[in-house]
Amino acid sequence: MDFRLNDEHRMVQQMVREFAEREVRPVIQEHDRAQKPIPWLFERMAALGLLGICIPVKYGGAGMDYISLGLACEELERVDSSLRVVMSVHVALNSLSLLQWGTEEQKQRYLVPQARGEKIAAYALTEPGAGSDAAAIRTTARRQGDVYLLNGEKTWISLADLADHFLVIAKTDPEKGHRGMSAFIVERTFPGVKTGTIHGKLGVRAGNTGWIVFENTPVPAENRLGEEGEGFYIAMAALDNGRYTVAAGATGLIRACLEASVQYANQRTTFGKRIGEHQLVQEMIAKMAANYEIARLLYLRAGWMKNMGLRNTRETSLAKWFATEAAVQAALDAIQIHGAYGYSDEYDVERYLRNAKGEVIYEGTSQIHTLIQAEYALGYRRDRPLRCELPAYDPEVWRAEPAPA
Amino acid sequence: MSGIWVWLEQFQGQVPSVSWEALGVARRLAEAMAGPVTAVLLGHGVAARAEEAIAMGADMVRVAEHPDLADFRLEPYLAVLAPMVAEAQPQAVLLGGTARGRELVGGLAAELGTAALMDVIEVSVEDGRIMAVRPIYEGKLFARVTVERGPALLAIRGRAFPKPEPDPSRRGEVIAVPVDLEASGFPTEVLEWIPEAAGEIPLNEARIVVGGGRGVGGPEGFEPLRELARALGAALGATRAVVDAGWIPYKYQVGQTGKTISPDLYIACGISGAIQHLSGLRGVKVIVAINKDPEAPIFKVARYGVVDDLFKIVPALTAELRRRGLAKV
Amino acid sequence: MNIVVLVKQTPDTAANLTVDASGRVSWGDAPLIVNPWDEFAIEESLRLKEKFGGKVAAITMGPESAKEALKQAVAMGCDEAILLHDPAFEGSDAVVTATILAAAVRKLGAVDLVFMGKESVDGNSAQVPPALARRLGWPLLAYVGKIREVDPAGRSIVVERILEEGRQVVRAPLPAVLSAMQMNEPRYPSFMGIRKAARMAIPIWTAADLGLAPDQVGAAASAARWPAIFAPPKPEVRCEFIQGESPEEIARILVDRLLAEKVL
Repeated sequence: MDFRLNDEHRMVQQMVREFAEREVRPVIQEHDRAQKPIPWLFERMAALGLLGICIPVKYGGAGMDYISLGLACEELERVDSSLRVVMSVHVALNSLSLLQWGTEEQKQRYLVPQARGEKIAAYALTEPGAGSDAAAIRTTARRQGDVYLLNGEKTWISLADLADHFLVIAKTDPEKGHRGMSAFIVERTFPGVKTGTIHGKLGVRAGNTGWIVFENTPVPAENRLGEEGEGFYIAMAALDNGRYTVAAGATGLIRACLEASVQYANQRTTFGKRIGEHQLVQEMIAKMAANYEIARLLYLRAGWMKNMGLRNTRETSLAKWFATEAAVQAALDAIQIHGAYGYSDEYDVERYLRNAKGEVIYEGTSQIHTLIQAEYALGYRRDRPLRCELPAYDPEVWRAEPAPA
Repeated sequence: MSGIWVWLEQFQGQVPSVSWEALGVARRLAEAMAGPVTAVLLGHGVAARAEEAIAMGADMVRVAEHPDLADFRLEPYLAVLAPMVAEAQPQAVLLGGTARGRELVGGLAAELGTAALMDVIEVSVEDGRIMAVRPIYEGKLFARVTVERGPALLAIRGRAFPKPEPDPSRRGEVIAVPVDLEASGFPTEVLEWIPEAAGEIPLNEARIVVGGGRGVGGPEGFEPLRELARALGAALGATRAVVDAGWIPYKYQVGQTGKTISPDLYIACGISGAIQHLSGLRGVKVIVAINKDPEAPIFKVARYGVVDDLFKIVPALTAELRRRGLAKV
Repeated sequence: MNIVVLVKQTPDTAANLTVDASGRVSWGDAPLIVNPWDEFAIEESLRLKEKFGGKVAAITMGPESAKEALKQAVAMGCDEAILLHDPAFEGSDAVVTATILAAAVRKLGAVDLVFMGKESVDGNSAQVPPALARRLGWPLLAYVGKIREVDPAGRSIVVERILEEGRQVVRAPLPAVLSAMQMNEPRYPSFMGIRKAARMAIPIWTAADLGLAPDQVGAAASAARWPAIFAPPKPEVRCEFIQGESPEEIARILVDRLLAEKVL
C-alpha cells in the first residue's frame, strides 16, 4: 500500500492550486458579493484542460485518472466552491455519464466538445416537488415518432443559465415509478427550453443556479441516453461521480478553513499571547486537521476504486457525507477563531460557511447518506451490477490519440 | 597585495549614489588595512569625475577612456578592468550592487578565479580578512561571507552605507590608463536607450517611497498616491497583485520578482503585507501603514499605523505637508 | 533554435525559514518550487521554440530531488531535462557552478541560447549568468525585459535590458547567455506535459561525465566561504496606531511623528 501521490498527481495538484490561487483568489470575493459568475472562468478552465480532465484523449479530454479529478476539485474548492461546482456538474454528473452510458455517436457529438470545453454541460434531475425522492419527478417525455416531447420544470440546476447541454431525467412511463424514467441529452437551442436564475442563495454566490422549463421540447430519439426505463439508474450512477467531486471539494474547503485559522491564530493575540496558544482554540484547529486527513483518505479511496473499476456507491456516499459535515463544522469553527472579523465578509471564512451549508443538502442530504450507510451496514441495501459500469481507468486507453479521420 | 579598489559606475557621465557609498566603505576598509584607496573610472569623456572621486575619499583615480567604453557593456569593461586588477592585485574590489555592478563583479570573479560577495550590508576586517554580511533568501536570513583567495570582490547594497561628504581639500593622483581595444572587437552593440519617465525618482535610490496595493481599488486609485509622492519627492511603488491586475506598470513593482528598496520612509497604502512584498523592503527605517483592516500583516512591520480609508488619509497627508511648507511641490 | 534553460529548485517564497546552529536552513512543510525568475526564462524559451522551432532542454544542478524542478519544466513544455548531480559538486560557489553548467552546455553541443532567471530567490546573488557567459566565452544579455527580435539565420538577437535608469536596447550575436526579468506570464504545466514529465527518465551527469576533475568542482574549487547563516536581528517594531477625530488630525499627528523620526 502506497499513500504517496505519484509525480503526475502532485503536478496536477500544484497546477490547479496555482491557477486557483493566482487567477481566482484575487477576484472571488467581489464576484461572490455581487452574486455574479466570473465571466472568463469556463474559458480559462477549458484552456487548462480541466473541463475534460479525466476524459480519454480520444474524446477530447486530458486523459488523466479519476484521482486527478478529485485532487483538482480539492484545490478548486480550497479557493471557492463555485469552481468545484463546475467540475461536479460539467465533468462528473454530465460528461462521465456520457462516457459510461453513451453510444459512440453520442460521445462524438456531445462528449468531445464538452471535454474540450467548447460546450458547457449541466445535469437536470431535481424538481420543485422532487429532491431526495428522485422517483417523484413529474417531467415527462412522450414518444412521438422520431422524437420525445419533454414537458416539465427542473429547479436548483447548477449552470442552468450558462450550459449548452443538459442531461435531463424524465418519466417515459409515469405508471412505472423509478423504472419508468429515462435520460435525455437536451440542447439549449431545442425549441421550448427556457431557463432562469435563482437569486438570493445563501452560498455559492459566484456560481450560477437556476431553473429550466421544457414546453413540448422535441428531443430526437437518438438523444436518449441508455435504454428507456434506465433513467433512474443513470441518474444514480451520475451521483456516484458527482458526490465524489463534492467529497473532494469539501475536503478542500476544510483545508481552506484550517489554513485561514492557523494563519489567524498565529497572528492575533489576546491576553498577551497568540490565540493559537489558547487550548480551546487548539481544540478547534486539531479537529479541523484531523477531519481534513480523514476526508482526504475517504475521497482518495473512492477515486482509487473508480480507477480500478470497482463499484463505489457506498464509499463515495460515506466520503461525501463525512467531508461535507466536517466542512460545515470547520467553517463554523474558523469563524469562531476569527471572532468578529470572521463574521464580516472582509475575511473568507464566512463565505466558506455559506458555501459549506449547501453541501450537506445537495447531491444527497446528510440524512439520505445516513440512511444509505445504515442500510449498507444492516444488509438492507445491495449494489446490483449496472448494464454499463463507469469504465476502469486504463492509461493506455485514456491516452490513445483518436484514429485519424 | 595592497589597497582597496572601487569601480565607480557612470551613466552618461553621472555617478550613482551607491558608487560613492562603496567609496566610503573602501575608505573605512583601507584605514583598517593600512592601504590606499584607488577609484577606477571607465567611460568616454568622464575624466572630470576624477577630482570628485578624490574629494569623496579616493587616494588615486585610474581613468580609462575609450569610445567603446561609453555605454556599459560587460565584455569591453571586463577586457579593461580584469587585467588591471590582476596586475595590481588589490586586497579587494568594491562596487555598487546595481544591475551593471552585479554583471561586472560576476564577470570579474570568473576571470580572476575568485568570488564576489553580493548585496553586502555590513563589512568588517577580521585577522586581516574582509568579512561581510549579506541577506539571502530574499532577506529572510543573513549570511556571513568571506573570500578564501583574493582579491575579494564586494558588491554593496544601495543605501546600506552612508554616502561620504565631499572634502574639496583632499589631494590625490589621477592616472590615465592607456586603453587598447580593437575597434568592433566586442560582440554586443547598444542600439538605443529608452529612459525611464523623466522627473521620476528611481525606486532603488529614493529616500521615501509611497507604495500602493490592492486597497487602491483600481488604476485611478493611484492618483492620490502620486500626488503624495510628488509632494514628498518620493518614488511610487506597488505590489505584484496590482501590477498583475494591470493597474500600474511593472517597473513600479516592489518585492519578489520586482525591486528591492531601502528608503528611510515607506508609506504603504492599501497593502496587506504579503511576505512576497515585504521581502522587497530591506532596512527601511520607518514604515507607515494605512489600511482599513487592522489585522493586516503590514501592521506587524509598521512603525506607525492608520486604520482608515486611504482615500481620506492620503489626501489629508498631502494637504498637511503642503500646509506646513514641507511639500516639494 | 536550440535553447538551454537553467532552472534552480528553491523553497517556496512564502516559506518560513529556520536555521539551526550548524547553519543548516530548513523550511518546514513548505514545498520546493522552481525559482520564480527561472519560470520567466522557461516561458520565454518555449515561446522562442514555438516561433522558430528547435528544442528546449532544462538543466539543473542539485540533489536527486531537484528532478522535481526539471519535471515541472518538462510539464510546461521543455523537451529534455538533465540533472547535474555529483557529491563532488556540493559546496560549489557561483563561479564554480558556472564552470559546471558551462561544461554541460558544451556537452550538449549545438546550443544557440542559454536562458535563466536573473537570480535565484535563495542565493540572490545574480552571479551565475555573468560567470557562465565568461566560462562559455559568449556575450551576456542580463536583465532582459523583452526580446525584440531574433534572427536565427543571421544568428543575432536584439533585446531590451532593464537597468536602473531605463532600458538599454542591445544586439548580440548568437550563441548568447540571457537572464530574464519578469517578462511574461509563465504558463501552467499542461496535462499532456504532466504525463510526459511523469514518465520521463531524467539522465544524471556527474563530474566525470562532464570531464571535470574533482578539484575543479565543489567547495575545494570555490573561493567563497559562508562561515555563518543566521536569522536577521528582528527590529523591535511596535506599531503605534495613530487615531484622531478627523483625517486632518491624523495627518497632523503623523507628520509630527515623521518629523521627529527625521525621515521627512
